[in-house]
Amino acid sequence: MSPVAVDWRTSATLVGTVLKALTVPLAGTAAVAAWYGEATMPFLVPLGLTLVAGLALERFDRRDLGLRESYLMVALTWLAIAFVGAIPFVLAGQGVLADPINAMFESMSGVTTTGATVIDSFDAHGKSIHLWRALLQWMGGLGILVLAVAVLSQISVGGAQLMETETQTQDLTKLTPRIEETARLLGMLYVGLTALMVLSWLALRVAGLAPNVTLYQAVAHAFTAVSTAGFSPEPASLGYFSPAVQWVTILFMFAGATNFVLMYFLLEGDPSRLRGSDEFRFYLGIVLGAAGLTAAFLAVDGQFQRVEPLVRHALFQVVSIVTTTGYATVDFDLWSAGAKHVLFLAMFTGGMAGSTTCSIKTLRWLVVVKSLRRDLFTEIHPEAIRPVRLSGQAVDEETIKDIYGYVLLSLVIFALLTVLVVIDATRVAGGVGEFEAMAAAASTFLNIGPAFGAAGPYGSYLHFPDTTKLAMIALMWVGRIEIIPVLVILTPAYWRS
Amino acid sequence: MIIVGAGQVGSSIAASLAAEHDVVVIDTDSARVDELTYSHDVLPIEGDGTDLETLEEAGIADADMLIASTDSDETNIVVCGVSAIVGDPFTIARVKRPQYLRAWEQRRGAFDVDFMVCTDLLAAKSIVGVIGLPTAQDVDMFADGLVQMTEFEVPADSPVAGQTVAEADRFDSLTFAAIIRGEDVLVPTGETVIEAEDDVIAIGSPESMRAFSTAVAPQEDEASDVVIVGGGEIGFQVARLLEEGGYKPRLFERDEDRARWLAENLPNTTVLNGDATDQELLERESVGDADVLVSALDNDQKNLLSTLIAKRMGTGRTVAIVNTGDFTELFEAVGVDVAVSPREATAEEITRFTRARRAENVAIIEGDCAEVIELEVDGDSALLDRPIRESMADLPDGVVVGAITRGNSLIKPRGDTAIERGDHVVVFTDTDVLSEVTEKL
Repeated sequence: MSPVAVDWRTSATLVGTVLKALTVPLAGTAAVAAWYGEATMPFLVPLGLTLVAGLALERFDRRDLGLRESYLMVALTWLAIAFVGAIPFVLAGQGVLADPINAMFESMSGVTTTGATVIDSFDAHGKSIHLWRALLQWMGGLGILVLAVAVLSQISVGGAQLMETETQTQDLTKLTPRIEETARLLGMLYVGLTALMVLSWLALRVAGLAPNVTLYQAVAHAFTAVSTAGFSPEPASLGYFSPAVQWVTILFMFAGATNFVLMYFLLEGDPSRLRGSDEFRFYLGIVLGAAGLTAAFLAVDGQFQRVEPLVRHALFQVVSIVTTTGYATVDFDLWSAGAKHVLFLAMFTGGMAGSTTCSIKTLRWLVVVKSLRRDLFTEIHPEAIRPVRLSGQAVDEETIKDIYGYVLLSLVIFALLTVLVVIDATRVAGGVGEFEAMAAAASTFLNIGPAFGAAGPYGSYLHFPDTTKLAMIALMWVGRIEIIPVLVILTPAYWRS
Repeated sequence: MIIVGAGQVGSSIAASLAAEHDVVVIDTDSARVDELTYSHDVLPIEGDGTDLETLEEAGIADADMLIASTDSDETNIVVCGVSAIVGDPFTIARVKRPQYLRAWEQRRGAFDVDFMVCTDLLAAKSIVGVIGLPTAQDVDMFADGLVQMTEFEVPADSPVAGQTVAEADRFDSLTFAAIIRGEDVLVPTGETVIEAEDDVIAIGSPESMRAFSTAVAPQEDEASDVVIVGGGEIGFQVARLLEEGGYKPRLFERDEDRARWLAENLPNTTVLNGDATDQELLERESVGDADVLVSALDNDQKNLLSTLIAKRMGTGRTVAIVNTGDFTELFEAVGVDVAVSPREATAEEITRFTRARRAENVAIIEGDCAEVIELEVDGDSALLDRPIRESMADLPDGVVVGAITRGNSLIKPRGDTAIERGDHVVVFTDTDVLSEVTEKL
């Protein structure tokens, strides 16, 4: 038997370290549960388990993390956190989450910052369970941010190495020579944004503009807005809150899907980088364009009588979908086909690379658009050599190929999942509409959250058969870590030397 | 006077200096050194110019000037550095790569180089100057670009032909320094009549040059569509300078990797990967519609060929680089509008420098009959603190003060303008009286 070429022990020790770190949020949630007089055992049991498992895994030899080991580490980490995250739901035994598959769906949806829920009755679950859902998402957002800077930019994942040039991490590494330091800076920015959102919600409360905001609500939503994730303890999502709260939340969702390195430079007093970023302008253009289109459809339909609600609801839903958050202020499933299809298409864009956003991301689309335009030019001038440029920097042709490959792969996986959802639903129950199936497939695989129909913003994914839920669990995981790491470890060549 | 490197530039400099100075030439190639000895009165030394012993043998300790002009930029810089260890000559280094010049300009005198000439940049700048002005034969910059000297050729159908200088001079900050008619250099007065085929030497602001260019040839639009053939250093620099001036040139380069590099580094240039003597390609890219075609290939035959093809296809003006020998006149005779020889230009630049050491900048007028020099006015200058009209009386004929710069502003000189200490003057002077003039100013 040929020796395994992957030093899986090194990957495992790192997963062990992550598991050990999970004891902190588990302990925190247990304390909150005690404060509200709810059961603490659902959190203390996994706390003990992760501590033991983490320490055990860390006993393996740790050597330098190579390319292959990073793929494995990334894939395993997300899987492990999702497993641990599901334990409190099962142990709490409340409502639909007592079922292990539902619990795993909810936990994976949390840690991948998707925001798709199976909960049909929000009141059945205690405050500590809702907080745990939010906390899973917040950790998922932090994880992806660190992953994007520290790992994905180092390995060639569907053009993720573009991060290096486009986000100017190089310039940042000049300030902070170590990659850990860079990740720490961006992590602090993430924590800072979360704190700022809590404070601004509370400020609105003090100003009398948000009567039903509590500290608990502010924290639970800050955790899921900045991470562009979308769980809400309220069945009506952000529709439960006042217009002022909704406006403020638009800003934080938008920031959560903006490149954190560029935001860091903005805070350092250098707005030129953000302004000079082609991707930022593209992202802003998509948000404003889609919001304008949605507002136009709504206006034609006569959905809202006054301008402010029309603009607010159109902009909120578009920002929520483009940033891949998944909040809703109204049941947009009831909107007309025009508005719904704009939102459906918006699912595929995502926000900027180097943020907490999911989906395909504006960076990749921008490269696709620019290289298509270039190809049309070289069609007429075959000898012309015209590099694709992002913010003035020429993009490597190899990277462009990777990006096309990534976009194609995303669309193929989306199509396959859609077909699976349709077939499975037909097999078990009365079937599902194609549009609903497409939306549910896109919304889970691209980590957005709500879809249309029964899985709409005010509905849930509960009605899908277990087989569909398992497929969605797997693809939320695959989608969140940018597909390639998972596919790579499934190839035989990966394990051979 | 020591010259290191007896290549084309080195030999050319040696030839023009041999008559007036004691010239020592150092080269590693004995054949080249021998050849030079037969043709000119110079002392040849076979050896390595970066070697201290060789330099000492050449008499570096007493030398006034050292010119490093080998084919290697690095060697030239090192030669200057080594020579400064034992002697104190004024050192001039020729470089090809503009980054050395840019580094040196950050701190003049760096590497113990007192003056640095960049061959390719010099050629590129003069080409770009010619492109900007449809009737210009030659363009030189003074006072950090504030002042420009331009040689205009007045075509037969020009409205300026037949006008007196007073009539033609409708521009602020422009001085008519001279008119070259055949072999004669005339210093014009207000009544001098400009004739067709005259070459007019004008000194003034770049804006006034453009305005005068339009007056000379109103039917010629300013070039907007520029095609560059050959993406070597000169082609690249021309494209870069044109981009700075707001142009969006097209550039043909044969080598694919080089073309890719050019495309990445020239955001506003359309780079085409193809051979510029491929008529079908030129046809398809409608090179005939271009206003100007610049041929900057390494090969002179190809430069000639591509310009002639372009001319036949209808390109407005053609500019060709002449790499070897003295083919400039031949090129212009067979139909190339402007021929630029980078090595000739470099040799001239260095030679001029040896003549007027105090000059900040020098431009030579075609045929070596006159020069335009830039000087800073110091305490002993004949120009200091009195109206130009008075100081002119003390200077020989054939001298014109073309422009004055004070700080960052340009002053048009008039008879009553008084010149202050620290002003820079751009002066046109006949070559015959050059040394007398530089002494008095």
